[in-house]
Amino acid sequence: MRIGSAKESYIADEALFATRTQWVWFALLLASLVLFPFVSNLYWLYLACLVSINVISATGLNILTGFTGQVSLGHAAFMGVGAYTVAWLDNNAQTPFYLNLLAAAGVTTAVGLVAGLPSLRVKGLYLAIATIAASFILQFVFINWESVTRGTRGINIEPPEIMGIVLDNPDTFYWMVVPIMVVMVLLAANLFRTRVGRAFIAIRDRDISASVLGISLPAYKLMSFAIASFYAGIAGGLYAYFMGSINPESFPLLMSIFFLAAIIVGGMGTILGGILGAIFMTLTPEVLRYGVDLASPFIDEPGAVLSPVRTIVFGALIVGFLLFEPHGLAEIWRRIRRFFHLWPFRT
Amino acid sequence: MDWLFFIEVSLAGIGAGSLYALTAIAFVLIYKATRVINLAIGEMLMVGAYLFFALGAGWSLSWWLAIPMALVGGGLLGMLLERGVIRPMLGENPISVFMVTIGLGSILVGTVELIWTSAPRSLPGFMPDEAIFIGEAFIAPNTFWGFVIAAVVIALFLLLFRFWRGGVALRATASDQGAAWAMGINVPAVYSLAWGLAGMIAAGSGILLGAMSGVSPEMAMFGLTVLVVVIVGGLDSVFGALLAGLLIGWMESVVGVYLGGEYEHLVTFILLMLVLLVRPWGLFGSHEIERL
Repeated sequence: MRIGSAKESYIADEALFATRTQWVWFALLLASLVLFPFVSNLYWLYLACLVSINVISATGLNILTGFTGQVSLGHAAFMGVGAYTVAWLDNNAQTPFYLNLLAAAGVTTAVGLVAGLPSLRVKGLYLAIATIAASFILQFVFINWESVTRGTRGINIEPPEIMGIVLDNPDTFYWMVVPIMVVMVLLAANLFRTRVGRAFIAIRDRDISASVLGISLPAYKLMSFAIASFYAGIAGGLYAYFMGSINPESFPLLMSIFFLAAIIVGGMGTILGGILGAIFMTLTPEVLRYGVDLASPFIDEPGAVLSPVRTIVFGALIVGFLLFEPHGLAEIWRRIRRFFHLWPFRT
Repeated sequence: MDWLFFIEVSLAGIGAGSLYALTAIAFVLIYKATRVINLAIGEMLMVGAYLFFALGAGWSLSWWLAIPMALVGGGLLGMLLERGVIRPMLGENPISVFMVTIGLGSILVGTVELIWTSAPRSLPGFMPDEAIFIGEAFIAPNTFWGFVIAAVVIALFLLLFRFWRGGVALRATASDQGAAWAMGINVPAVYSLAWGLAGMIAAGSGILLGAMSGVSPEMAMFGLTVLVVVIVGGLDSVFGALLAGLLIGWMESVVGVYLGGEYEHLVTFILLMLVLLVRPWGLFGSHEIERL
């Protein structure tokens, strides 16, 4: 049982990890991330890479939606902007991949700023609908700006290369994507120890009070859109490299809903929530595939069943979590932790 | 410019717009009574069309039996969704309720794909199919009769809202829920009624839409255009929904023919962006959004 956690300074109060135990757990987590490739096979590494990309993207959306309270249904389209930037640079300029990724993040940030403009005028549901419109307009650009995106034919991307090692397989790609993911998540966690992050939370909790406190709503809302788009751009760029080819169908509205669902299931407004949600939502389809495989002797056409079942489970997860566990997996995690903190007493 | 052709395109667009208007009424009905933005309206419409398909083509019932049954089915679905999912969410953050309807939509699409697969189907015909001419302009018979039916149904519902006891209860609840309670109106029942009626209207427009362009899970996309229609018209304005429905239907048709099909949705969503930036409460909606 943990007794008291006296904090004697603001620095201690703001610290990411309050106790030494948490540092130990964090070190263990990092160590297991390093060891993971040595004990698993390509399939699990593939999933790990996909999860990492989704964690980056979901964390970005969480900053915008969970922490700033601005719902966005255009997140996948922003990822698309990042992915197309990488694809174009990869095919037309001989720049190294890290420059491409940064460029993707930069371009996406600019697009995100423009798409965030409606947030100065409307909020809540209207904003969500405006981002749907932004998403469709971007989709249109992906399809019809043939000279850059090659339209519906899609575009291929060469795998990235570091110091002569070609990252064309999950087992090599892992070493690039996971460190980026860890850095991005830590950056997000630290963001909320700064003035900017606190301002985001204030805007979410009550925008009028926030503006009375001297927070410029337009500036900070746009900043939140910019940061979220930055994350989406990085995630999109990594996605393009990871998949090796992209087309306009790669970033449908459903994918935006996927990320929104991920942060709802994980828990909005906590960094842990974005991570847990992305892991959970990425692995659920795999579990379903396994389940359909198991059931395949009893149903005909198991292949045709999988996609609708996924859609149903996906919707049921959104509805179920919103109805029964609105704070998501992060809250469940917190309850489990509290049980052990207070053990042997009841919570 | 070929005026006859333009008129024909416009008529086809207005015919399609009548369906937007009809579905938008279902949307506005739900919004006015329960303050829920129902993003699953396109999916409810799709389920209605598939119900008719199952009854009319699967069980080979004749259309005058299958259509009422599909309508009742759509209404029951609406009531079920309200009772099971929307009512427990009452008083929650509107964004959460909005997300719940997205989840519901996803469940409905998945269920339809599971039962009927995602292959497009065509509905059994139930409308006369002689060509229709207004003056010299040709209209596809399905579009013409779709427009007529939609217009009749809309007129019927407007009369219902005006004179029927349930319609008065609906309007009372929409204008002030607390006062409605105090006057002895059973507000939860009104909620069910609104969702039931909306489900019915949605199923009806699904059947009309299916008769015009076939049935497939893609129909759910129709709901997004309807969303644009109600935002442009004003979320809580029946008249706005009607006008914006016709306007957007006409615009899509003209743009689709003269600029190319891929511009249809682009123009719709650009219009949406403009309306949100300039007049977020829509053409006829009540202005209750606070300034930012």
